[in-house]
Amino acid sequence: MDKYSYEVENMNLWYGEHQALYEINMKIPKNKVTAIIGPSGCGKSTFLKGLNRMVEMVPGVKVAGKIKYNGEDILNPNYHPEELRTKVGMVFQHPNPFPKSIYENVAFGAKIQGIRNKSKLEGLVEKSLKRAAIWDEVKDRLNTSATGLSGGQQQRICIARAIANEPDVILMDEPTSALDPISTLRVEELIQQLKEHYTIIIVTHNMQQASRVSDKTAFFLNGELVEFDDTDRIFSNPGDKRTEDYISGRFG
Amino acid sequence: MSKAQNNEAVTHRLLKKNRSSAKRNERTGKIIVFTSAAIIIAATIAITLFLGYKGLKTFFVFDIDIWNFLTSTTWDGTSESGAFSFIFGSFAVTFLAALFAAPIGIGSAIFMTEIAKKWGQKVLQPVIEILVGIPSVVYGLIGVTVIVPLIRNHIGGLGFSLLAGMIVVGVMILPTITSISADAIKAIPIDIKDAAYGLGATRWQTIYKVIIPAALPSLMTAIVFGMARAFGEALAIQMVIGNVKGLPDSITDQAATLTSIITLDMPHTTYGSVHNSLLWSLGLILLVMSYVFIIIIRVVSSRRKI
Ligand SMILES: Nc1ncnc2c1ncn2[C@@H]1O[C@H](COP(=O)(O)OP(=O)(O)O)[C@@H](O)[C@H]1O
Ligand SMILES: [Mg+2]
Repeated sequence: MDKYSYEVENMNLWYGEHQALYEINMKIPKNKVTAIIGPSGCGKSTFLKGLNRMVEMVPGVKVAGKIKYNGEDILNPNYHPEELRTKVGMVFQHPNPFPKSIYENVAFGAKIQGIRNKSKLEGLVEKSLKRAAIWDEVKDRLNTSATGLSGGQQQRICIARAIANEPDVILMDEPTSALDPISTLRVEELIQQLKEHYTIIIVTHNMQQASRVSDKTAFFLNGELVEFDDTDRIFSNPGDKRTEDYISGRFG
Repeated sequence: MSKAQNNEAVTHRLLKKNRSSAKRNERTGKIIVFTSAAIIIAATIAITLFLGYKGLKTFFVFDIDIWNFLTSTTWDGTSESGAFSFIFGSFAVTFLAALFAAPIGIGSAIFMTEIAKKWGQKVLQPVIEILVGIPSVVYGLIGVTVIVPLIRNHIGGLGFSLLAGMIVVGVMILPTITSISADAIKAIPIDIKDAAYGLGATRWQTIYKVIIPAALPSLMTAIVFGMARAFGEALAIQMVIGNVKGLPDSITDQAATLTSIITLDMPHTTYGSVHNSLLWSLGLILLVMSYVFIIIIRVVSSRRKI
């Protein structure tokens, strides 16, 4: 088996005429937490959405280069983005549960893949909620609306919903930026537990968070990958002057 | 007085004048706005009271049995008359038109908001606006010259029928249903669509499993708005439905509605007669139904989840 979930080679990306990513080369290791940091507008979300091809939803987007996921180039026109997205889950900046029950939220992915067996679905929902560390809080109200939960609980439901697809990668785009400090801490703890099973790639504008949760850190600036290394090294002894300036708060 | 002082005094006076005229303007504005609101409310109450008074006369002055009035299908202008055929006709046209227009309207709304946004905005939107603007009588004329012969030649009967009414009214309420549905679908947050795509849903799965369920209360509201319009439509329906007093046996049979009978019979009745009073009672049913539709819309849209 490969050591890497993703091997990105010479990735360039344009929104129409505007180039948002330049020559990205990056190997993202399996079952590790990789953080992506950098000032606002530097292309973090764009890069992340490139990894599950969600970026293609924007009209006029063009991607060049190679993005190998488990050794296969997902930019190959024969590669189905829907299939990719069942294996690469995504958690968004704002918790976005469907206006459906907690159960229906978590069972959504399995249902659209045609799983109808009730006990199988129930087992899957329970397992996923347990893994997302929210089972105890919601087990007695699985049939109530997920939109009635607190922000932090909603975000963990969204994580459970992604987990229920049995992915091997989970992409998270600033998953705690809309949460209070205590909910943030719980999600960070959860990320630590999840890396045993999944490769996690997390965008964050919060450098303490990156240093707390991640094994590897990538620093993006103006659409370029400036530096990608072990998190310890990035925060103690960065190789690039721009990284040092950024983490010491000299800009951005 | 020096020139500077003089200037200052003038400025002061001007400012003061300005300020007091601003105050006056504000007061005038308030009066206009409040009066307008009061007029609308007064008009609604007046119409309700007037129609209630006229419509209830049938039962309290002419002593007609209300149950007989609601269930009998004879209509001869005497105190034995009942409105059931027309109540049935109105409901039949309304439901059939909704059955015809709701899938097409909601389908077009999905098309213009989710499938072909540009084309939808450039072509479908103006088409809908034109459909709204076409007067009722034009729909009736097209119904009489196109739909009625089409039914006569290809399906059977005289052509003047419930079916013709359903099609003409269905087309008339199509823009109402389409535009309210389109607004409802546009209001679904992009967040939850992203969530569906992010879980591997295709566009159709996202539409069926997320967008339509989330928009459902508003889509129901759209349909009820369409039905309210269908129920009250008079001119076009009167031109194509045949206006035969009695219950229709089939969808290709002629029928009549509350509205078509009012417009048809009213000129032939004398003021103060039983027949005249009966027509007011039909009008009262229409008014009651429009209240019912409003209540349904209120209840349905209060279920909105987003
Ligand atoms: N949908 C879009 N259409 C056009 N340009 C976009 C779009 N999304 C992002 N961009 C541009 O791409 C660049 C990177 O944006 P983004 O990836 O959102 O940055 P970050 O997540 O690091 O804040 C920015 O210059 C932004 O303006
Ligand atoms: Mg971002």
